[in-house]
Amino acid sequence: MTLWQRLKDNATLYVGLLVVFYMLAPIAVIALFSFNDPTGKFNFEWVGFTTEYWANAFDNQEINDSLWLSIRLAFFTSLGATILGTLIALALVRYEFFGRKAANLLIVIPIATPEVVIGAALLSLFVYASASLGFTTLLIAHIMFSISFAVIVVRSRLIGFDRRLEEAAADLGASPLTTFFKVTLPLLLPGIAGALMLTFALSVDDFVISNFNAGSSVTFPLYIFGANQRGIPVQVNVIATMLFLVAVIAITFVILQQRRVEKLVEKRADDDNKASVAIPI
Amino acid sequence: MESEPENVDSADTAEVRSDGSGDVSLRGVTKDFGSFTAVDDIDLDIADGEFFTMLGPSGCGKTTTLRMIAGFEQPTAGKVLIDGKDVAGEPPYKRPTNTVFQNYALFPHMTLEENVAFGLKRKKVPKAEIQRRVSEELERVGLGREAKRKPAQLSGGQQQRVALARALVNLPKVLLLDEPLGALDLKLRKGLQVELKRIQEEVGITFVYVTHDQEEALTMSDRIAVMNQGRIEQCADPEQVYEKPSTTFVAGFIGVSNLLPAEVRGGNEVSIVDGPTVTTPDAGRFSAGENLFAVVRPEKLDVSSPGEGPADRPGIEGIVESSLFLGTATQLGVKVADDSKLTVLVPNASEEERHRLPGGGAKVHLSWEPEHMHLVTESPNGSGPNGAGAGEVSTSEEQQQGEEAK
Repeated sequence: MTLWQRLKDNATLYVGLLVVFYMLAPIAVIALFSFNDPTGKFNFEWVGFTTEYWANAFDNQEINDSLWLSIRLAFFTSLGATILGTLIALALVRYEFFGRKAANLLIVIPIATPEVVIGAALLSLFVYASASLGFTTLLIAHIMFSISFAVIVVRSRLIGFDRRLEEAAADLGASPLTTFFKVTLPLLLPGIAGALMLTFALSVDDFVISNFNAGSSVTFPLYIFGANQRGIPVQVNVIATMLFLVAVIAITFVILQQRRVEKLVEKRADDDNKASVAIPI
Repeated sequence: MESEPENVDSADTAEVRSDGSGDVSLRGVTKDFGSFTAVDDIDLDIADGEFFTMLGPSGCGKTTTLRMIAGFEQPTAGKVLIDGKDVAGEPPYKRPTNTVFQNYALFPHMTLEENVAFGLKRKKVPKAEIQRRVSEELERVGLGREAKRKPAQLSGGQQQRVALARALVNLPKVLLLDEPLGALDLKLRKGLQVELKRIQEEVGITFVYVTHDQEEALTMSDRIAVMNQGRIEQCADPEQVYEKPSTTFVAGFIGVSNLLPAEVRGGNEVSIVDGPTVTTPDAGRFSAGENLFAVVRPEKLDVSSPGEGPADRPGIEGIVESSLFLGTATQLGVKVADDSKLTVLVPNASEEERHRLPGGGAKVHLSWEPEHMHLVTESPNGSGPNGAGAGEVSTSEEQQQGEEAK
């Protein structure tokens, strides 16, 4: 078999590998250069291998401060956005009210709006209200652009929710409040957890909107952007790689969990071999 | 019926159920959904400890009626009384009823144990007692060893048992069952029918059972209400409903309807259109000139060669159109008029006898005993069992054709 023949036969595979390489190469470079031992201020050229910066990952006070600010910000953002988003999703799916359809559409607008526009708009709003820029304005801004994502994640979970489970709870003597906490909320938990993770990630990640509304506060992305002018410390690569690993582990966990549930459901369907589910009247 | 439960502590049972009986009454109950009337002015009395079935095709209002007893729906008009008490406006969690849902509605995030304990926990029953009753109940439905499993790990039949245990453990005054076996395959369904009936007799709780399966209704019930288009067409015990249906709809929905248009002559005489005049006491219920239908069940018809039919019995001539071997019997479709067809069920005796049965195209004489003929009026709702869809598979076509004969 000639080489050409082999390439032709496995074209899809090779093209796929190229695309994967294209997607992952930058991340690999970041991870690789976290082991670099640069001579100057700039960490752009491979000099030699060292684990020094991993050992001293949290040596740089500036990085630590910005990272800590980002984590606190992301924590409160994910909490605020997910609580509000869950309540909005409940209202949108469960209740009929005037303007429900419009609200369902409006909820995606912040996602579609360019970030620069949101950032600038928020800034002018804060200036108009004479609010001093800092953690509070950052938090307000982050929750604002995260809510939509939380709503979408929780809403998809709610749409598939079997309302009969709530009827069953009521039938067994549970008041509406007990039903919500014992049945509705636990079953929404995967959606809520997803919303928490997503909004946390969005907040840690955000640069554009934060840049408008941070005042003198420096979040992690803002720090990196600033440091870029004068040379990025290797610790940035180390911490970025850590964040990446945490995200990968979290996602793997979620996927494994999902697989386990799917397998159980499949097994049950096999056991049952049942024909069809009767239609409720 | 009121036999004491065997493996439940009797003192305990008495304590829980002493606060009244489980009789249910509906008085002029109507439920509208917008312009559609799902349940239309129903009156019903269900006795304590009775196995009562509401039977009918999809959309006949049986499930809506059940949901009004459970409290998931509020009637548009009329009253629901449980143990003599008007429960209007009372939410489901305050009613002395428990429901077994069509698709089980087990809580997927809880183990079987937690599922079954859910109701008792809400009632603040002491922990030790909860544990005892839950394990007893799971034992009763044969799932004692699966207590720590999650519903997703069970088969459909097992889930159904858990749903039953979860409701029964609360010892409700009334247990409401909404097509509980509807999602199971035939073999499993048969087994659970027997088991349900046994459990009902054991605990002596009132069962209100909703199904579209006529055979299920006949097997299990003390009494059956046959429903059609939001109304009750007949409410009687299974034998009565089968042997003496009151309307064309009931005759068609329960078993195969062999409907022959007829006219009452007066006295005890009724004449079948294009057929014999029969003397039967049943005709005495109607006044002369009334148009109605005569029903003869397929297994009550005898087949003989034309002209050779017994002279002392009423009969009718027809042409065999189809012959189906069903295993225990052979089913003949016999055309007796342009738009009228009768189904005949001949039990399979021997192979030899089966070969003597007339084949397609043969002329035959069908006869029956006058007392096996029952007179029914046309269904007041004007609709026959057409499109009932849910009835028995092998005969649905005949049912419809029989109906069109009107």
